[in-house]
Amino acid sequence: MNLMMLLEMASSGFGDRTAVGSQGQGLTYEQLFQRSGAAATHFREAGIDRVSLVDVSSEALPIALFGSAWAGVPFVPLNYRLTAPELRHLAAEVAPSVTVCNDDALSAIGDLDGVRAVVRPDFLSQWAEGSAPDSDWNVDPDEIAILLYTSGTTGAPKAAVLRHKHLVSYIIGSVEFMGAAEDEATLVSVPPYHVAGMAAILSSVYAGRRIVQLPNFDAADWVNLVRAEGVTHAMVVPTMLARITEHLDDVGGGLPSLRALSYGGGKMPAPVIARALELLPETNFVNAYGLTETSSTVAVLGPDEHREAHRSDDPAVRARLGSAGRPLPAIEVDIRDEEGEPVPTGTSGEIWVRGEQVSGEYLGRNSRVTPDGWFPTNDGGSLDDDGYLFVEGRIDDIIVRGGENISPGEIEDVLLSHPSVADAAAVGVPNEQWGEAVAAVVVPAKGQTVDIAELQEFVKTQMRSSRTPDRIEVRDELPYNETGKLLRRILRDELASSGDRSG
Amino acid sequence: MDLKPGSRLKSSVCDTELIVVKAPSGDVDITCGGSPMADPADAERNGEVAASAADGTALGKRYVNEDESLEVLCTKPGDGSLALGGTPLGLKEAKPLPASD
Repeated sequence: MNLMMLLEMASSGFGDRTAVGSQGQGLTYEQLFQRSGAAATHFREAGIDRVSLVDVSSEALPIALFGSAWAGVPFVPLNYRLTAPELRHLAAEVAPSVTVCNDDALSAIGDLDGVRAVVRPDFLSQWAEGSAPDSDWNVDPDEIAILLYTSGTTGAPKAAVLRHKHLVSYIIGSVEFMGAAEDEATLVSVPPYHVAGMAAILSSVYAGRRIVQLPNFDAADWVNLVRAEGVTHAMVVPTMLARITEHLDDVGGGLPSLRALSYGGGKMPAPVIARALELLPETNFVNAYGLTETSSTVAVLGPDEHREAHRSDDPAVRARLGSAGRPLPAIEVDIRDEEGEPVPTGTSGEIWVRGEQVSGEYLGRNSRVTPDGWFPTNDGGSLDDDGYLFVEGRIDDIIVRGGENISPGEIEDVLLSHPSVADAAAVGVPNEQWGEAVAAVVVPAKGQTVDIAELQEFVKTQMRSSRTPDRIEVRDELPYNETGKLLRRILRDELASSGDRSG
Repeated sequence: MDLKPGSRLKSSVCDTELIVVKAPSGDVDITCGGSPMADPADAERNGEVAASAADGTALGKRYVNEDESLEVLCTKPGDGSLALGGTPLGLKEAKPLPASD
């Protein structure tokens, strides 16, 4: 198994279709195949161990990805927003490498031993007339295809290992070959170093869906590109959708070409999805749940399930709008307690997953996958009677107040249901009496003022008093990383040091 | 021959190539065009597609036996059709999943 198998099939099945870029102007699948092959020859001759990329999305991304798969070396997309010292540290760890980069990265890492840095325009022009070598790619399914450094919201960055077998299994298990009509196009706005960015390339190539790339997310640019390129599919993280709906509210008009919008990569606030459903009545919504360590998606809530849940009178069915849907056919999901024993349906515990696409492995560390293939995700959640998965967030984020486990998401949902609140986060802060106390930070809705005492009363009418935030702070915004993950650790640290601990 | 997920197979009588998605344990007697398939490294073109097994394979299609204990994906199409122990494999009809990436 090798990622190149996916591109070779695409190239022989529909080589003339546009793979990346504007319809009829971008790279075709055949051209992508040829250029990846030419890049592979270069990578092999360079005698390097990795191919890295420190840049935004461009045509260089799929060429570097497939070229490294062909050459038999791991592809390592790095976060181009890292500081120069952080980048130097990672680039040195990744070396010896060919590193495709932007100008800033070139000046940060160009002098490092073992790093052959090449700026994007040079890399692209090298293969403009290139053609594929006769040599085949390595077919060992255990070879590493991609190393993804985690966002490092906790501690030092570490590299998740995705082998060819994981990614190929994911694609052939979840995507129909040539399943896309020729007019379909997907807008990729997540960065290359996010697992969804990698998965988007592989899924789209195998489905035959043209890729349109948005290098740096901006709501206005995103909306303009959807309209200009006739984009039919897109994937966004929650913060992106929030900005897109605000922008559409401001500028008006819909997105008639957009047939399907999938969201994932974090908890979607209910008001955001509700507003998006109103603004985009023609669009099918898909909620996807997955992790880097599982080669992206393991569970999806499809468009029909969104609609069914939305119009149901049965509270249990309605609640599914907040679920991650059901596991993919090739994925098994178990909910287990702290001892690793399965819990009854409807009970919260840790989400465990099993399937060919599950890696669960970090470079230089022991795999967390059990001998029989189960991976503990470190996410809390539960399954309902019909197998719908409800994700509660990282287990480390659960607040333990006086021995009671409180999921921040429950509190945030209630805070967000108040009209004066646009965004909310709940965290546990050290407390002498309770061990941890609940603290919350809220962002006021446009033109609204938050009355803290009134908000606390409001929460009390909705939840047990033990879950009412002991403290609520109002801020202009919450700290997110660039892929839309709420940085709870930062909030926790700030609130713990500023707070009244007498409780 | 013994098969596991990721194993590759090549026809000895046409262009068909497969990758194994799922396989039962033990010896698996898989044929294409009426002749045994082999690892692409060992496969040699030898003989003709049997008239009784000439419906062909299609690129990107998945084929399964009746209980779906064997599933293969066609990575290169050819003129021969597939069988397990003499029983033709069928096309796997899967409900497409919504695009999520």
